Amino acid sequence: MSANSCLVANDWICGEYVRTRGQELTDATVQHLVITASAVAIAVVVAFPLALLARRWRPAAGSLLGLTTVLYTIPSLAMYALLLPFFGLSMAVVVCGLVLYSLTVLVRNMLTGLRSVPADVRDAALGMGYGRGRLLLTVELPLALPAVMAGIRIATVSAVSLTTVGAIVGHGGLGNLIYSGMQSYFKAEVLTASVLCVLLAVTADLLLLGVQRALTPWARKGRTA
Amino acid sequence: MNALTGAWSWLTTAAHWSGDGGITQRLGEHLYLTALALLAACAIALPLAMWLGHGGGRRVGGALAINISNAGRAVPTFAVLVLLTLTPLARYGELPTLIALVLFSVPPLLTNAYVGIAGTDRDIVQAARGMGMSRWQVLGRVELPLAFPMLMTGVRTAAVQIVATATLAALPGGGGLGRVITAGFANYRTAQVVAGAVLVAVLALAVEGLLALLQRLLDPTRPGRRRAGAAPASGALPPGPHSVPADAAEAPART
Repeated sequence: MSANSCLVANDWICGEYVRTRGQELTDATVQHLVITASAVAIAVVVAFPLALLARRWRPAAGSLLGLTTVLYTIPSLAMYALLLPFFGLSMAVVVCGLVLYSLTVLVRNMLTGLRSVPADVRDAALGMGYGRGRLLLTVELPLALPAVMAGIRIATVSAVSLTTVGAIVGHGGLGNLIYSGMQSYFKAEVLTASVLCVLLAVTADLLLLGVQRALTPWARKGRTA
Repeated sequence: MNALTGAWSWLTTAAHWSGDGGITQRLGEHLYLTALALLAACAIALPLAMWLGHGGGRRVGGALAINISNAGRAVPTFAVLVLLTLTPLARYGELPTLIALVLFSVPPLLTNAYVGIAGTDRDIVQAARGMGMSRWQVLGRVELPLAFPMLMTGVRTAAVQIVATATLAALPGGGGLGRVITAGFANYRTAQVVAGAVLVAVLALAVEGLLALLQRLLDPTRPGRRRAGAAPASGALPPGPHSVPADAAEAPART
């Protein structure tokens, strides 16, 4: 009985809740991860050719950045609501909304990264007989990586936070728990899910930072040990 | 496009605009909350940014300005809104919503204003000092005008953020246009959901557009605004550093 007291008293922090609803929390976290990861992955795949196109052809850059900025201005609840007629009450609504948001950050950062490659370096590679594809993959992409990774980190952290709003269509990962806790006035459920969500964002950010450092060993050299 | 025509006919039904819970009332609530929160956030963030950027602690300021923005991105707005409505604060009507709105709009305001003010070309500040300007004159007549574009970027970002957050406030039962969407979901009326979403999206874009227009009209560094001569050669302020970090605080948190 006393073990249940924090559930009965509706405390903010409740170990009993975490113990008894472990499965629920795990399922919600997994759904959260799946939604976020698939959205960012799709966005990266879509953003890369768009960034290349924007670099090649100037008019495309302006309209593309303008369009993605307009998309970015639309509030998440409205975005999911607008996508509802296309996908129904499904996970695709949330993933598609997150992809559209991530595109803004990713296209912009990829373009910045690609444009920051020094012309000398490009000329040197061309002079050595590099083809366009090889130039892109082995010279330009690695040099653009810090900007690209910065974009991926921002997009990921935002996506983790915005996934919660997906609760409105029943696919919000931890947001579902926040939503149901809100309706039943269950404090521990709301707080636990919120804290998990922030932890998820911070962990993802640190992981991506680690990936970035591993992929760009040259960036560390010369700086402090 | 069944949903779009449905949404259109929902929007063009006069009965949906008037009365208790009608669009007009919800729009009024949304605008009221947005204006109030934006004013409160400016009152908090701008003096702080001036102090941090002008003299105070530029070192502390830099770290604070960056970290506060990152933190604002990682914390889900929805979670904060719900958490606040579960506290005793909920007894005071829209107060939890208002607190959440201010919390999430201070970071973009603070970061942009700080970057704008602290990023003023030191040579220009030195020159102003050499001309005998006091600290306050330097701030008011050199640093603030040069930081104006960044400052307004912060205001625009914050305003869009507030409009978005105020929409979410409908989930825990706050007022605003988000209520049109949540009511549509509750009654399984897709047409109403889409109509509400269109209203919210239009409002967000209108706020952004209006503020962008305002920025262009008010910009003190805009060439030609000082109608002394043709253009910058007239000894007006130089292009200044504001053109450099226009994207310094890009990708604000989205709600």
